[in-house]
Amino acid sequence: MTPSLHLWLIPALPLLGAAINGFFGRRFSRQAVSGVALTFAGAAFLMALYVAARFSSLELPYTEFLAHWIRSGSGPHIFVAEFEFYLDQLTLVMLLVVTGVGFLIHIYSVGYMWEEGGFYRFFAYLNLFMFFMLTLVLAGNYLQMFIGWEGVGLASYLLIGFWFTKDSAASAGKKAFIVNRIGDFGFLIALFLLIKHFGSLNFAQVFTSVSQLPGEMAGFGLLTSIGLLLMVGAAGKSAQIPLYVWLPDAMEGPTPVSALIHAATMVTAGVYMVARSHVIFDRAPNALTVVAIIGTLTALFAATIGIAQTDIKKVLAYSTVSQLGYMFMACGVAAYSAGIFHLMTHAFFKGLLFLGAGSVIHAVGGEQDMRKMGGLKQYIPITFITMSVATLAIAGIWPFAGFFSKDEILARAYEANPAYWFIGVTTAFITSFYMFRLWFMTFWGDYRGRDSAGHADPHGHGGHGHGDPHESPMVMLVPLMILAVLSFVGGWVGIGGRFEHFLAPVFGEGASTVATEALSHGTELALMAISLGAAGLGWYLAYLLYLKRPELPQKMADMLGGLYQAVVNKYYIDEIYATLFVKPLVDGSTRILWHGVDQGVIDAAVNDAADGARHVSDAARHMQSGNLRSYAGWLAAGGAVVIAYMIWMGVR
Amino acid sequence: MVPISYYLILSGILFACGVIGFLIKRNIITIFMSIELMLNGVNLSFVAFAAQWGHLSGQIFVFFVMVVAAAETAVGLAIIIAVFRTRETLNVDQVNLLKL
Repeated sequence: MTPSLHLWLIPALPLLGAAINGFFGRRFSRQAVSGVALTFAGAAFLMALYVAARFSSLELPYTEFLAHWIRSGSGPHIFVAEFEFYLDQLTLVMLLVVTGVGFLIHIYSVGYMWEEGGFYRFFAYLNLFMFFMLTLVLAGNYLQMFIGWEGVGLASYLLIGFWFTKDSAASAGKKAFIVNRIGDFGFLIALFLLIKHFGSLNFAQVFTSVSQLPGEMAGFGLLTSIGLLLMVGAAGKSAQIPLYVWLPDAMEGPTPVSALIHAATMVTAGVYMVARSHVIFDRAPNALTVVAIIGTLTALFAATIGIAQTDIKKVLAYSTVSQLGYMFMACGVAAYSAGIFHLMTHAFFKGLLFLGAGSVIHAVGGEQDMRKMGGLKQYIPITFITMSVATLAIAGIWPFAGFFSKDEILARAYEANPAYWFIGVTTAFITSFYMFRLWFMTFWGDYRGRDSAGHADPHGHGGHGHGDPHESPMVMLVPLMILAVLSFVGGWVGIGGRFEHFLAPVFGEGASTVATEALSHGTELALMAISLGAAGLGWYLAYLLYLKRPELPQKMADMLGGLYQAVVNKYYIDEIYATLFVKPLVDGSTRILWHGVDQGVIDAAVNDAADGARHVSDAARHMQSGNLRSYAGWLAAGGAVVIAYMIWMGVR
Repeated sequence: MVPISYYLILSGILFACGVIGFLIKRNIITIFMSIELMLNGVNLSFVAFAAQWGHLSGQIFVFFVMVVAAAETAVGLAIIIAVFRTRETLNVDQVNLLKL
């Protein structure tokens, strides 16, 4: 028996930080607030490192019991849920990514948010997010995972709507929350099915029971249903078709939030959940196929939207959706470790891209429109270099991190079905194109923001009227540099299948070894060359269109006409959803529930009862004339009625 | 022996006279007298029944009614005097301050 690792401390520390900042932060100085937030986020990271250091001496999977939670029923129908922690190789990877990248983004936020109001609130939410995300990752059963799952949704809602006085931010927060509820509904039903059929939500117990079932090779059985419902949840949280619409809007939040929650960690929770549930998916190939198709389509679809966006954060948002699609594609072809590998490298380079974008936005005083940037490389050289590393990494240029993980996914997709691979390579080309488009538009050419310099700034960065773009403070640049190093070397852990080998105890050795042998060395090299070529082509095309001949894109846009308009308007998906779902719901609620039920039935019943009482008493009021003789008359009439009744009864 | 129905009819007539007087008269004193008429109409039926069934309880009731009527008259007349002092009228139609 290994001695206790006190895993509970890892989520508890950020929770304590959130509590201190949330309850008392209002009275603290900015230094104290950031001190508290960084201490507790950093302590969680140190704990994660400690766990990693002890990792090789542990009996895996290592579980830790904290407290009893739910105990219901008896005998064979007992249902038990505990607060417990579960640690294996997959957890460790997620733990290090979440605490590591999270801590770096905490540091960065100190600089980015320094001028903002609600400083303590921001850090309290950020620490709260860390708590829920770590609960999600460390959970030992699905129910505890669900706490984290809902909790990160809450933190995401709070942080998207951080500037809640801005209408668009408040509604973006609501949109994110509501769209996520749809996914959570699927997740919940999957949990109910698990309870009904396996009587437990504990990972170890569920997976043991599931692995004794035969695979559902064809048709639509229990495991397929559970898998599909889990995928509904994952599609909500990880912004996949058809529930991806909230993520681009979530860019209303502060940029560090976009980096931490909407790029590096929270949105990957769906991938983590699918990978964690791989035992279920392995036995439900049909569900897995759906995962792969959704992932592949999302990757391509979101990438094409990214081409035409002009808001620097929106490009990155669609890019995130697209990269998450890659991860699901990997999971869908049962290459879970490739998906997790891409999750990790993506956390590095997309976190870096967002932080870099934040630094750019900071530099130009809150401007997010790339058409008003350009030529920034001489003003903000460090941001430029780190952003370049991240761009090269996401585009999949050798030897940056993205190359290795993307290549791994594409190779595994090719084995499963060359169609996935083809769409994946096309997406890689588009990714490279729009990322270098962003790169060229932002950093190269001439600065186009001067005419609008000093304009009213929506986020209040430019409280100091600014002239030329200026480099960000060191506290923001250091995290950029660290992430740049990670984006550069982060992929090397995957060379020679080491990363896959590390995760093999979780996902099963069998699948991965068969897979790597299936491809001959030559094919693998050819695939690698093709994806590199696609990335290079995208780079060259972006160079041609946005640096060499900047008048060309407009001409092409005119030529494409309707298609271009559709892409600019994100294929009108928001409008379609508005017409198909939002408007009928709003109209239905207005007409039936509001005007019909609420006003017509509930209000009407209350009002009519009151009106009736008033009318009756209005009539009865006239008896109280104040005239003594009329009272006597009523009395006599009453007596006469009583007597008449008695006589009538007597006669009968 | 006079049949009991005679007494009862006389008692009913007296009571009806009282009710009608009560309803149509405006002067409070007259109304008061009408009440006495009703009480005595009822008293008559009580004693008639007492004689008919040979029971004393009917006669006891009559005494009881008489005592209460005397007390009522004392209080009633005091009220009438109080009303006349404040309102300077005994017309009930003008004593209608409690009207809504």
